[in-house]
Amino acid sequence: MSAAPVAPSAWADHDPRAIRGPQLLASRIVTFCLVELQKLRHDRTELVTRAVQPILWLVVFGETFSRIRAIPTGNVPYLDYLAPGIIAQSALFIAIFYGIQIIWERDAGILTKLLVTPTPRAALVTGKAFAAGIRALAQAIVVVVVAALLGVAMTWNPLRLLGVAAVVILGAAFFSCLSMTIAGIVLKRDRLMGIGQAITMPLFFASNALYPISLMPGWLQAISHVNPLSYEVEALRGLLIGSATNYWVDFAVLGGAAAVGILAAAALLGRLSR
Amino acid sequence: MSDAISISHVTYRFGDHVAVDDLSLEVHPGEIFGLLGPNGAGKTTTIRLVNTLLPLQDGDVHVYGHDLRHEAMAVRRRLGYVPQQLSIEGALTGRENVMWFARLFDVPRAERAERVDEVLAMVDLTESAGRLASTYSGGMVRRLELAQALVNRPAVLVLDEPTVGLDPVARDSVWHRVSEMQEHYGTTVLLTTHYMEEADALCDRVALMHLGRLRAVGRPDELKAAQGEGASLEDVFRAFTGGDLAENEKGGLRNVRSARRTVRLG
Repeated sequence: MSAAPVAPSAWADHDPRAIRGPQLLASRIVTFCLVELQKLRHDRTELVTRAVQPILWLVVFGETFSRIRAIPTGNVPYLDYLAPGIIAQSALFIAIFYGIQIIWERDAGILTKLLVTPTPRAALVTGKAFAAGIRALAQAIVVVVVAALLGVAMTWNPLRLLGVAAVVILGAAFFSCLSMTIAGIVLKRDRLMGIGQAITMPLFFASNALYPISLMPGWLQAISHVNPLSYEVEALRGLLIGSATNYWVDFAVLGGAAAVGILAAAALLGRLSR
Repeated sequence: MSDAISISHVTYRFGDHVAVDDLSLEVHPGEIFGLLGPNGAGKTTTIRLVNTLLPLQDGDVHVYGHDLRHEAMAVRRRLGYVPQQLSIEGALTGRENVMWFARLFDVPRAERAERVDEVLAMVDLTESAGRLASTYSGGMVRRLELAQALVNRPAVLVLDEPTVGLDPVARDSVWHRVSEMQEHYGTTVLLTTHYMEEADALCDRVALMHLGRLRAVGRPDELKAAQGEGASLEDVFRAFTGGDLAENEKGGLRNVRSARRTVRLG
């Protein structure tokens, strides 16, 4: 016993510090992001294994389609056009399976302990969503470096890169909330895996990540316009390679989608705690 | 001074099944209070109501005067909780696990590192604190969980079957830590157990629960003395429930009518 004994009832008399509202939300976001970074520091293998697929997309798919010149991208080389799409895709893949973590935490009993801390459910989900954003950002940095090595002409303007980080985090926040919402419905890891597998590729192909929306048939264009991934790619393309876009629309859609996702996932979180 | 925990006419149903049936009891400040009973007695449901995991249906619960229904956050700030299941984040070190909860309980930044070191020392994990928690033994995990629950200096420590699955040495070590908390910091402890030995060794008072109902409340020695010379808590339990503690819910069901009586001692 190293701590000095104090008078009995000392802990009952002590008034715990209470923070509320935006301060509490900010504190929880920082907390969950830190935990995510600590996990990442202890085990970097995922960062490497998850880099394989985007590299293949850039090197194999990107280089080949650059030669075929089948996809009209104006005066932008196809690889440059593709790179922001692949950044968004790798962030999407991480986020869409993030709900598995919350099911794992539920099965391991950790979620129960988190839920009895003074953390409102919406704050817990927001913290987790931003933690998914941090993990996606770490992955995005890897893809940006790979793209730069392949000769993609991207901006190195720090303000624009900060914008890229914000877009990646917001996008991952939405898709991780989608994943946590599904987790709250299906409650089982295997089912979430299956649904995740089933929706990632449609989300990816029904977006402007690989080709301009204008090339798509009408019905697919309609889907692309309601797919938040399209707005994420738009914003990334604007920031990284200078394509024309309306950032207000892009950020409004991503921010709005993330907010709706947080509310939906928080509403279903109770199902996971029973 | 108000009671540490006051439970008043609480009933909780899962669908048609009544898990807790009109439960009323008070836990006094600074005591170690045990909820004792076989599986299905309603112990864990009671715990999960007190720690805000389950929403109150009927009845009221107050923790140091804070109404659970309206001040759930104030209650959570005063509780430390260790669930039955061994549950820590294996991908983090022991210290990071505790630091995580220090942040979630809003321990002020200036005190955080010191408080984390303090509780790690209390549970004797200072030397292993830098290792990934996935390398810990069951006993070490349980002690780390105690550290997580204590980092906020809780007025009430809630432990659900704290020693299930631990070897005797680890179990003694947990008992020792829990008594120490009470002695040095006046922490009130509410725990569940189905080990008579644990209740006897650790608890100031126990409540016998069976099929969601309270059968008896009192100090272990008083409850035993009321059953005659040399009686064990096991005998007390049998007298009030007509069944063995080890028996599961089904076995106890046959005797439920004969056992519908609740006494209060001490």
